[in-house]
Amino acid sequence: MKNNKQQNVFAELNIFRGTNSTKPEFQTFKVPFQQGASILDALIWINDNVDESLSFRYSCINANACKECMMIVDGQVEYACLKKLQKSGSKLEPLPNKTLIKDLVTDIVPPKEKLLS
Amino acid sequence: MKLIKTDVLIVGAGAAGMYASISAAKSNKKVMLCDKSLISRGGATVMAQMTVAAALGHQEADHWTHHLQDTIKSGQDLCNEKLSYLLCKNAPEKIRQMRDWKTNWANDNARIRQVLAPGHGVKRCCYVDFLNTGPAVARTLRGEIAKLKNVTRVSGLTIIDLVVEKNRVIGAIGLNTEAGEYVSIGANAIVLAAGGLTQLFARNSASKNMGGDSHALALRAGANLMDMEFVQFFPIGHLAPRLVGMDPIMWDPFRYKLGGRLLNGHEEQFIENYGGEDGDAYTVGRDLAAYAILKECEAGRGSPNGGAWLSFQHLSKAELDEAFGPIIKKLSANDIDLTKQAIEVAPIAHYHMGGIEVNDSMETCVKGLFAAGECVGGANGANRLSGNAIPEAFVFGEIAGASAANTISETPHLSPQLHQNVLSNLLIELSRQPKQKSQFQTVTSRKLLFELQKLMWENVGVLRSKQGLKMAINEIRRMKNDIFPNLKPASGTVFNTSLMDWLDLRNSLLCAEAICLAANERKESRGAHQMEDIPFKSNKFTKNQIISMIDGKLVSRWQDVQKLEFDLERKRWAKV
Repeated sequence: MKNNKQQNVFAELNIFRGTNSTKPEFQTFKVPFQQGASILDALIWINDNVDESLSFRYSCINANACKECMMIVDGQVEYACLKKLQKSGSKLEPLPNKTLIKDLVTDIVPPKEKLLS
Repeated sequence: MKLIKTDVLIVGAGAAGMYASISAAKSNKKVMLCDKSLISRGGATVMAQMTVAAALGHQEADHWTHHLQDTIKSGQDLCNEKLSYLLCKNAPEKIRQMRDWKTNWANDNARIRQVLAPGHGVKRCCYVDFLNTGPAVARTLRGEIAKLKNVTRVSGLTIIDLVVEKNRVIGAIGLNTEAGEYVSIGANAIVLAAGGLTQLFARNSASKNMGGDSHALALRAGANLMDMEFVQFFPIGHLAPRLVGMDPIMWDPFRYKLGGRLLNGHEEQFIENYGGEDGDAYTVGRDLAAYAILKECEAGRGSPNGGAWLSFQHLSKAELDEAFGPIIKKLSANDIDLTKQAIEVAPIAHYHMGGIEVNDSMETCVKGLFAAGECVGGANGANRLSGNAIPEAFVFGEIAGASAANTISETPHLSPQLHQNVLSNLLIELSRQPKQKSQFQTVTSRKLLFELQKLMWENVGVLRSKQGLKMAINEIRRMKNDIFPNLKPASGTVFNTSLMDWLDLRNSLLCAEAICLAANERKESRGAHQMEDIPFKSNKFTKNQIISMIDGKLVSRWQDVQKLEFDLERKRWAKV
């Protein structure tokens, strides 16, 4: 995405925003489309260029090793790093069966790995 | 502020941190293992695909002294030989231990399969099929830790700064990212095991967590760094076509098993022109290969996207399927057919030989502060052998954990006042009023990191020059002193990415300055440090370079290399 030469083609991502204590809403971002790019590439592009407050989990970026970037893409459970960005755009939502933390981040931390309150 | 007490705090939950936890837990002391991402998933370990070097001798006759000889040779006279010795001598036992814990090393029954990797004299590198070494290792250690009642695991805890009293570490302050709350941790000993810093370079194989956290925490606590100028550039990182779901260093195992041909833009073999040997095999050292590819690009003989071609077209589909079946399927999902096309590869920042200075108990010059894994400097000198990173994590992790558990506290667990002071200093840093209001309003931590990565790649990367380094130091200091203080992340809320990015960048800028300063002082070319305008090695610089922070300023000094008084040929101590 960083060496994108085709700035003229855009895809629209309709992304869930909010926390458990705010009114949920969807926000639309226009991202440059590049052949072969992943949904995660597009989310990172949004963080880099448009909105650094958009929250989603990831560590390994490209390797599908950390398994942190799971979310709902157009109604299906997907790893954002494997799912390709489509010209027609996508709707992104947090995992429905996990407690929402913020935006696309849900509580996937095993109970025994939490800081005791 | 929440207060937590533990005997040993371990920062970073990759192989080094997890091994340290298991080892520290043997003492029955309370151990807390934390990671800013998820336990066992966030760092470099889980991304490692191959290989783990250990002189098991399961394929050919081997001895740890041979592994040590190869390691020292690759390190070009800069290895802290005591650390290299610990690494090589203890690696085989760790591989067997992991096997007992059910890591499924590729094997022919009792014999673990070992392959040849560049720089190793014999077949020495173990792996888990297919390209699955890191995930398998991470899963094993995670499972072992879960059995230990005295180890508390905490995911999503970012350690921000260490608390030091009279040159003794007494704890840390952190950010619980999901709650958006600061916490105080009192600890008798701390092990830094948060990995490397290759994220500082535009082209890298890093996860987003590898921005030099351990190094920055150590420096600010008063510990020393050494040989920071030595960053290893992996020569054949994936460049094009776009490939998702695979780690960019994936072509290395392909080359181990299948050879493959490295060609320039004119489709000619070229490694031989730079004094290396390659042919259809894979024997050229990493530093030379990276150098040669970029030199070909500079001469206008690069591949279309600025790298080299890697071709397996001389192999049949059956041969490819047999060696890497599941991976060939993944490639096919990315529309890549290796029987029909070559792919493009280029050097990427992959590993850091430099790091925190420790003694052979893995303790720094700050009492109670230890380090383990990639963030330790010295074991690999000026250039690391492939396969040495994972055994280093196991061996140093084990030693650091045991040493940390044996640290007897001379001070009370927790000094709330000192912890509060450290946090207050951070909050002051966060709430500073911008000096230059208008100019930097649109700059964010992410944008400044992007600029830093570009600067480091272009001037402090594979090919360096006096002028480029001087410019880079000035520019990094400008970023650190003039731009960074103007950045204003949002205040503490749940999963506050802008605050997390700011904390990462705070560490990365300090590390970048340390690397640049060290590179500028080493006026020679050696191993991974290649100066275009000083293209030779100089005996004067057969020394380790120590970087410390004095009154907020980074300073460099030279130190004699720690040699081992061991006769490698005769396998005995030279002076007994």
